[in-house]
Amino acid sequence: MAVSQLVGAKIHRREDPRLITGHGRYTDDLAKQGVLHLAVVRSPHAHARIRSIGLEAAKKSPGVVAVFIAQDFNGVIAGPATHPVAPVFAPDKKTNPPRYPIAKQEVCFQGEPVAVVIAESRSQAADGAQLVDVEYEPLPAVMDLDEAMKPGSNKAHTDQPDNIAWDATYVPWEATEEAFKEADVVIKQRIRQDRLSPNPIEARVVMAEFDSFDNRLTIWMSTQNPHWIRLFVSGALGMGEHAVRVISQDVGGGFGSKISPYPEDYLVPATAKMLGQPVKWTETRTESVQNAYAGRGQIYDVEACAKKDGTLLGMRVTQLLDTGAYIGTFGAFQTCACLLAGGAYRWKAISSRSIGILTNKITTDPYRGAGRPEATHLAERVIDLLAAELKMDPVELRRKNFPDKGDFPWTQNFGLVVDSGDYHGSLDKVLKLAGYDQMRKEQAEARKHGRHIGIGLSTWIEICGLGPGAVTGPATGGVVLSESAQVKIHPAGGVSIYVGTHNHGQGNDTTHAQIAADALGVPMEQIDIRHGDTNEGPGFGYGTYGSRTLAVGGVAIAKACTKVVDKGKKVAAHLLEAAEEDIEFHNGKFTVKGSPDKSKAMGEVAFASYGQLPSGMEQGLEAVAYFEPPNFVWPFGAHVCEVEVDADTGAVKILKYAAVDDCGNVINPMIVDGQLHGGIAQSIGQALYEEMVYDDDGQLRSATFLDYSMPSANEIPDIQLERQVTPSPTNELGVKGIGEAGTIAATAAIINAVCDALSPLGIKHIDMPASPDRVWKYIKEARK
Amino acid sequence: MKLKVATTVNGRKHEHEVEPRLLLVHHLRDNLGLTGTHVGCDTSQCGACTILVDGKAVKSCTMFAVQAEGKNLTTIEGMAKDGELHPIQQAFWDEHGLQCGYCTPGFIMAAAYLLSTNPNPTDEEIRRGLEGNLCRCTGYVNIVKSVKTAAKMMGGAEAKTGARAAATAGGE
Repeated sequence: MAVSQLVGAKIHRREDPRLITGHGRYTDDLAKQGVLHLAVVRSPHAHARIRSIGLEAAKKSPGVVAVFIAQDFNGVIAGPATHPVAPVFAPDKKTNPPRYPIAKQEVCFQGEPVAVVIAESRSQAADGAQLVDVEYEPLPAVMDLDEAMKPGSNKAHTDQPDNIAWDATYVPWEATEEAFKEADVVIKQRIRQDRLSPNPIEARVVMAEFDSFDNRLTIWMSTQNPHWIRLFVSGALGMGEHAVRVISQDVGGGFGSKISPYPEDYLVPATAKMLGQPVKWTETRTESVQNAYAGRGQIYDVEACAKKDGTLLGMRVTQLLDTGAYIGTFGAFQTCACLLAGGAYRWKAISSRSIGILTNKITTDPYRGAGRPEATHLAERVIDLLAAELKMDPVELRRKNFPDKGDFPWTQNFGLVVDSGDYHGSLDKVLKLAGYDQMRKEQAEARKHGRHIGIGLSTWIEICGLGPGAVTGPATGGVVLSESAQVKIHPAGGVSIYVGTHNHGQGNDTTHAQIAADALGVPMEQIDIRHGDTNEGPGFGYGTYGSRTLAVGGVAIAKACTKVVDKGKKVAAHLLEAAEEDIEFHNGKFTVKGSPDKSKAMGEVAFASYGQLPSGMEQGLEAVAYFEPPNFVWPFGAHVCEVEVDADTGAVKILKYAAVDDCGNVINPMIVDGQLHGGIAQSIGQALYEEMVYDDDGQLRSATFLDYSMPSANEIPDIQLERQVTPSPTNELGVKGIGEAGTIAATAAIINAVCDALSPLGIKHIDMPASPDRVWKYIKEARK
Repeated sequence: MKLKVATTVNGRKHEHEVEPRLLLVHHLRDNLGLTGTHVGCDTSQCGACTILVDGKAVKSCTMFAVQAEGKNLTTIEGMAKDGELHPIQQAFWDEHGLQCGYCTPGFIMAAAYLLSTNPNPTDEEIRRGLEGNLCRCTGYVNIVKSVKTAAKMMGGAEAKTGARAAATAGGE
């Protein structure tokens, strides 16, 4: 591959040198002269009425500058606008309790802010917070989804009519009646997706400074989307967006938990404004586990049926989605699982319904995959349950119901158009990579010796690259999820590119530079990629989430580069005394068609662009582009997992993990593999270890890394990866997303393997996490 | 009440008066401005704050600053010498051993201790040696690879690592 062709090459990451030497710029690393520290006083109860708050002792505590409660923010922060909620698709009913940054009379989850203490040092703020004396009247906590739905049940908010946040039917049950009539086999299963704590290793940090003379507010924070935060915070504080600057440089992971606004995002800037001094808040890990918007928290009740020969017929799905105490800003996005329930298969008909249920727990919101891991787990478990019922090899059942390569673009059951795919291809390839036939032989042999070996598959698909305006506009309440980029070529040829997406580990400072280097024909070293500062670049950026950064943001860069090249052609035509339509651009050179000796390099054109130009032509060589994708993109792949279960202890060990994934054209293979490794590991976490555990009173028992079990290097096997490339027709780069793919794919492969291992005991289904104690209980029950 | 603490950090002597309750990690970050050592949890599970204390890997949130009196400390900032990356840093770069980078300083310091006690570890020994550190991004696959590569690079004792160009072009 030629050096000038950077797209597709393994380029080492340009962001690494500062990160491996300890010179990252995470928000907590930034120092500010005279900064005050804020600590949040939080409710220890999941549900309670606030009787009184005593502030005297806290105010007298050494170093304490101020203590504020809800009423102190009247006229400073406009609530409840601080907690915007994107509308769910076609809700039949909605109870949407208003949320304020600080609870007024009733606290509705453990950790809800009640007061803030601001002091000269972090430890003094924490000391002061201990002295705030809140008297609570505990109320019953709403914890169980089935209970919460019953008429007359306890309410998560005493002032709301009930706990039903929404009840949305996408396709009614009657639509699947005929399919079920034709059925030879029917399966029925409840599948749980317990709550997960996102746990980026950097918790959240917010620091703000208000300049009262210029009426300017600067906020430094750990977020995935600074422009959205600017929109929300400026609105709530009654300031114009032009007066608010949000800076988010290095961010230590997000996984979805740093998308939506949090109370502290308003409280820190507001107190900085009130006190006229910079204020900083650094979240503790316990605060993070308790208050970071949780993932999943869903229950699926599914029925599905097929013909004897394995032809899939109908599926009926009800999603019960635990919204937590307040509907997440983007929480309704997880209902997309209802539209993706059919997975990679042709079904005659699917009915689905989502019920959002309010509880006295922290809000749920998108967490890596958000709805797609749940849909994949559902579809892939259903296929294996049907395969067991039909006594068919799960591979064969999958093959029989895949759309063929020639069926793409393929319209699935809910009318979504899958842009490109080759599902047989990735499955065939992974079976070979894993040595599937040999694995089955070894499994049969092992079973003779009483060993519980299991093999599981996941032939996953996903929808990402959010997203086309026709869908995302209504879903967000008016803002389409387009993406922006600005490309500036300076007179001496240096290139500055400003993007609206964010980088918190995805490596897009590097991949974006690869795209631009090829498009502009300049060396990568000459290109600076800037993200995370709302004072730079285009008017709005939509942020990084939903595997959209390359498939939407990367394409915006390519488009802005094209605009710059088009302008460059005009300038080159002037310099070369040729007609504009005769100018060709290739590898950084503008040439005249048919006269290759007549050419100007990009650098020469850049310099000339700022000089004397023909009348009517403006100076400058820069452009802004927004890309609104015409469709989503649809990555897919096939994963095979082999496990062994120790029937005496319930421990599950992954023996082998192989995956063939297809995310369209690849910009940087090293980064794609890294995203897959991490995604799969996060999915192993959910499948085998992770679960937020609450007691009946709503106390979070897994509130530290000591109690919340995340995989270490010991628990993650080596992962074998191969790739297939089916370019996307949705964008000019032919790319799809890969950030969430591993997480979307892997739980199904692992749990299918565990169920396969235990099938000789008559065990058909196991819920996650398949932790030793849970698996041991299933085995004990089966052996009764 | 404040107590005196004198330490040598990355070869430089420091003397400060600190509150007895101040954790060593906060001393490094807030008093010495060495913000490469990160805090990821409150319970000593994540290892993001790992440094070397007299050559041994220590989670700097498990020590009070005053306990470091008279000790020789190495933080991530002390690993690169004269503009040249330490082989472990180089290997993390080469093998894509980091994504968000927040846990990375802790992993590099833990790996430095591991390789000082076991210069040629197997994959399993690396995994076990790093079990006190959590990473949420990489799935550890490339971290294990990085440590293996670093071991190889360091194997030739005086192996010169040489700064490598940021962009290494090549086919997949």
